[in-house]
Amino acid sequence: MTTITLHVNGRPLQAQAEPRTHLADHLREQHGLTGTHIGCEHGVCGACTIELDGAPARSCITYAVACEGREVRTIEGFDGDEVMAQLREAFSAEHALQCGYCTPGMLVTARDIVLRLPDADEARIRLELSGNLCRCTGYRGIVLAIQRVLAERRGGPSNAKVEAAHAA
Amino acid sequence: MKAAAFDYHRADSAAQAVQLLGAAGGMAKVCGGSQSLGPMLNLRLAQTEALVDVSRIEDLKAFTLQPDVLRVGAAVTHARIEDGELPDVTLGLLPHVASGIAYRAVRNRGTLGGSLAHADPAADWVTTMSLLDAGIVIVGVDGERTVPAHAFFLGPFTTALQDDDVIVAVEVPRFGAGARWAYRKLCRKPGEFADAIAAGWIDPARGIARVALGALDGMPQVVTGDAAVQALGQPAAVQQLLDNAGIDDEDARDLHAVLLGRMLKDLAP
Repeated sequence: MTTITLHVNGRPLQAQAEPRTHLADHLREQHGLTGTHIGCEHGVCGACTIELDGAPARSCITYAVACEGREVRTIEGFDGDEVMAQLREAFSAEHALQCGYCTPGMLVTARDIVLRLPDADEARIRLELSGNLCRCTGYRGIVLAIQRVLAERRGGPSNAKVEAAHAA
Repeated sequence: MKAAAFDYHRADSAAQAVQLLGAAGGMAKVCGGSQSLGPMLNLRLAQTEALVDVSRIEDLKAFTLQPDVLRVGAAVTHARIEDGELPDVTLGLLPHVASGIAYRAVRNRGTLGGSLAHADPAADWVTTMSLLDAGIVIVGVDGERTVPAHAFFLGPFTTALQDDDVIVAVEVPRFGAGARWAYRKLCRKPGEFADAIAAGWIDPARGIARVALGALDGMPQVVTGDAAVQALGQPAAVQQLLDNAGIDDEDARDLHAVLLGRMLKDLAP
C-alpha cells in the first residue's frame, strides 16, 4: 500500500492505494465517487471515462498510483460546468440514455467533442463516440444530443439537421 | 478483471529506470501511459513483479528536429501527435496515423514508445515505423544505442529490448520535398486493432520507395525499391507477398490484397 494524493474535483484527497488498483476502483472505493462506472476493465467500453489533467482518460487502465498529484475530474465534478449543463438538458430532451450505465463516460466524451471539435458533423461525432459503447439507445439520441449542444453553442437554438432528423 | 499484485516505481530519468529494471532482475516491465500494458495486466495475459513508470521523465516527453530526423520522445502521446504539436516532417502521415489509434481517451495517455515496446503486430505504429524504418533509441546498462525498426521487431510482442532497456525516443526520417504517402487500415469498428494495414512511402528526393503490409500474424512485410513497389501492381507479386507474410486463410489473403490495392491507388501521383 502507498499513500497517494489526487486532486479530485478540485479537492486534494489522500488515500491508500495498492499499485494494482486502477483509478476507477480507487475513486469508487476510497472516495465513494460511484458516478464513475466500470464496464470492460480493459479500455474498450468507455464507461469509466473521466478527465485526467483536463483530458478524457480511461480510469480502468490507468493505475491510481500513477496519478499521484494529478487533477482528476469525475462526473460528480461537473455540476457547475456550463457545457455539461447543456449536455444534461440535451441528453434528456433527445432520450440519449435509457439504463444510464454508459452515461457518465458518454457525457465526458461528449463534452470533449463539443469543446475540441466545435464544427463536428454527424459522421465525426459518431467516429469520436466509437470508444463509448451504449447498448440501449442505438446511439441516435446521443448523436442528436451532441448535435443540439453544438448548434446551441454556434449561436442558434434551431439546428436544421437536428430538426430534419426529428421530422424523418 | 483486476491485475495481479505488482510493485510500482516511478523513474525520474532513463538512467534511473534502467537501474530499477536491473534491480528487479528481469521481473519488471516498463510502463508509459499503460494503455497497452494496462489491459494486458487487467486481463492477466501479462503479469509482472513490478512496473517502472517512465511517463513523467521530461526528456521522454520532448521532441527535437535534427537535420535528417525528428527525434520524438518515447513518452509523447498519440494525442499530441494527432494534434500537430510536433513539426510535420512526414507531410501529415504521423498525425493521420495517430488520429486512428484506438479512441481519444486512450490516445491522451498512450505513448509512441509504449506501443512499439508492446509490439502488437496489428498496432498502427508498428507498421508505420517499419514502413519508415525509424530508429528506435534505447538506453540500457551500456548507454544509448539506436536500432532500426527492421532489427527492432523480432516477432509478435517480441523486440530487441533487453530486460533493463528503456526506449527513450524514436527517430522519424524527414520526408523530402514531393514525397508521397498512403495509409489504409481495415477495422470492423473504428478504434479496434486492425484486421489489415497497408502503407506506402514514395520519396523521389531521397530515392526511397517502400510499402509495408501490417496486421499480420507476424511482423510487417516491407517491400523496398521502385521496381519491387511497381511490381505490386501485378497479382503475382501480391500473391508472393501474401505467401511471404504467411497468410494461409483465403479471406485474410483477399482482405490484405484488396487493402494493398486501394493503398497503391492512393499512393499513385
